[in-house]
Amino acid sequence: MPGGSTQLFVGLHLIHEVTSPQAFSALQDKGLSVRCPELTVATVDHIVPTINQQNRPFADPLAEEMLSTLEQNCAKYGIALHGLGSGSQGIVHVIAPELGLTQPGMTVACGDSHTSTHGAFGSIAFGIGTSQVRDVLASQSLAMNKLKVRRIWVDGQLSCGVYAKDLILHVIRSLGVKAGVGYAYEFAGPAIEALSMEERMTLCNMAIEGGARCGYVNPDGVTFDYLQGRLHAPVADAWQQAVAWWSSLVSDENALFDDEVHFDAASIAPTVTWGITPAQGIAVDETVPTLDSLALSERPIAEEAYRYMDIEPGSAIEGLPVDVCFIGSCTNGRLSDLKAAAAIAKGRHVAKGIKAFVVPGSEKVARAAEAEGLDDLFRAAGYEWREPGCSMCLAMNPDRLDGRQISASSSNRNFKGRQGSSSGRTLLMSPAMVAAAAIAGQVTDVRTLLVKDCLPGKSQ
Amino acid sequence: MTEIAFFPQGVIDQVSGRALMLHGDDIDTDRIIPARFLKCVSFEALGNQVFEDDRLELGGSHPFDLPVYQGASILIVNGNFGCGSSREHAPQALMRWGIRALIGESFAEIFYGNCLALGIPCATGSADQIEALQESVAAEPSLSWSLNIQSQQFQSSIGSWDLQVDSGPREMLLSGRWDATSQLLEHDAALKSVMASLPYLNNFVASVP
Repeated sequence: MPGGSTQLFVGLHLIHEVTSPQAFSALQDKGLSVRCPELTVATVDHIVPTINQQNRPFADPLAEEMLSTLEQNCAKYGIALHGLGSGSQGIVHVIAPELGLTQPGMTVACGDSHTSTHGAFGSIAFGIGTSQVRDVLASQSLAMNKLKVRRIWVDGQLSCGVYAKDLILHVIRSLGVKAGVGYAYEFAGPAIEALSMEERMTLCNMAIEGGARCGYVNPDGVTFDYLQGRLHAPVADAWQQAVAWWSSLVSDENALFDDEVHFDAASIAPTVTWGITPAQGIAVDETVPTLDSLALSERPIAEEAYRYMDIEPGSAIEGLPVDVCFIGSCTNGRLSDLKAAAAIAKGRHVAKGIKAFVVPGSEKVARAAEAEGLDDLFRAAGYEWREPGCSMCLAMNPDRLDGRQISASSSNRNFKGRQGSSSGRTLLMSPAMVAAAAIAGQVTDVRTLLVKDCLPGKSQ
Repeated sequence: MTEIAFFPQGVIDQVSGRALMLHGDDIDTDRIIPARFLKCVSFEALGNQVFEDDRLELGGSHPFDLPVYQGASILIVNGNFGCGSSREHAPQALMRWGIRALIGESFAEIFYGNCLALGIPCATGSADQIEALQESVAAEPSLSWSLNIQSQQFQSSIGSWDLQVDSGPREMLLSGRWDATSQLLEHDAALKSVMASLPYLNNFVASVP
């Protein structure tokens, strides 16, 4: 391609209502059609309300216009749409894996930066802008530059009360938000191999928060077990051949990487962000870094964060009062996330004055959770049980912070204004940590609530 | 409405105009265009909404509000500009406000690609160069600047700086081939052969390599 980039075939193109309408308009303006509608899959997630979401038209006419535009475009071009109430709607990065659409060795693109999630399967998956959505619609391909690879090797095992979310927050805290620019992150090592597929998705989901456009884990038995029997997974002879091909994609033992970093999982504690970038995180039992403890280059953004968050340098993060507790998002809206939070919420109650709500990542997650009684468990604990969508991760729907409220959030970004109030504040943490914060009304070390479960010899 | 004619088109060998600057690393795309403004099926209105929340917070003293910077077309920023969400609404909002080139220490990858897809060059310079440029612009906002894509020089009457425009994007801008769609479509035969060879598109009947 001009400029030395490579034309990359896209094996799975995921679309949603926010970044596709202008791409479809551009396609029409150029007199083009969709090259491979059978490799294009749509859902609606960003703008949907999480209460009575099947009541159409939506109260918000702009949201309604976005969904009806997506519906019209999908109908016009023959694209499968996993719409509200279909049984398979949900956050795009939750539904594609659960339907078995995302598979090892695929190239996956979507107009959403958290497309890196799909790398958990050993696919190359990355977010694109709307012009590129247009290009993929038109040509099923993209102009891409080859990425360098940084292997992030994690030894050991995560401790009780420490989750994949803590691991990735710790990695980003250590490497920073721009270290990944130009790189793909390969997550490997004993601690990664021990993670479930849902945990690997949480990990790869936030590769982009470290600046890496994609992150991936080599496919293995955990991957294959997850995929087997899913709607779009191959069956019978094709399954055997698929597993053979997928297994052949794994990085060689003696592979050379452009860069390698090592972490020890056992040394990682529950991690919480205190600032306005995902790298501004600390262990729950640490104090907010003082200015002089930081590298010169990190000081201006730290000063901005102290001001915006109204947090004192040197103060403890544990005990910081919160107003809203949000469990959900493409980072942590899957069944295992809900179960981890439910284990904390069970038999306890949300503190007075705290608004706490659970937004399952998809209709399938919601039904599976309800089958296990998690909806009743959360309601009994004082939570609202909502319908699937992106919700307050980015607050394009009615779920949002008000004024200076602080949220304990299982989502992925703590940027200024991210959760729908231009002065709202976000503390990122694992779903279990959010559940602990909801009970205490303040940031709490979830390990103190897990004492019995964390006895030696007992894994989570 | 003749606005469309002013958007980048064809060969882009030079961007000229006044400059403005924003200080700070890691300015994310949520700040450039808050999510509530993504509720649109066209990009048209975004120019007025660029940096909306930062501008509200600063009550009129944000560079995008200051009268001296109105009409500026070159934005000078620090490190990792445009990180976070992949929303192309961010460069669209900047473009519709009037920005035609960015200069910074570094840019987030998706943002950089989105800018290129709109014909907006992102040039990079060292931290010292950027600081000097930001000071120069602050001291004399009325200066006219010019970014030459071929020579990668950024100059005004007070001096000239050697910046970097990556070779790939440089070639695409200079040849006018920064809009990828038609070029991608030219290679459909190669695409077909890739599709025929991919196990997952052929029910895994292809033999294992």
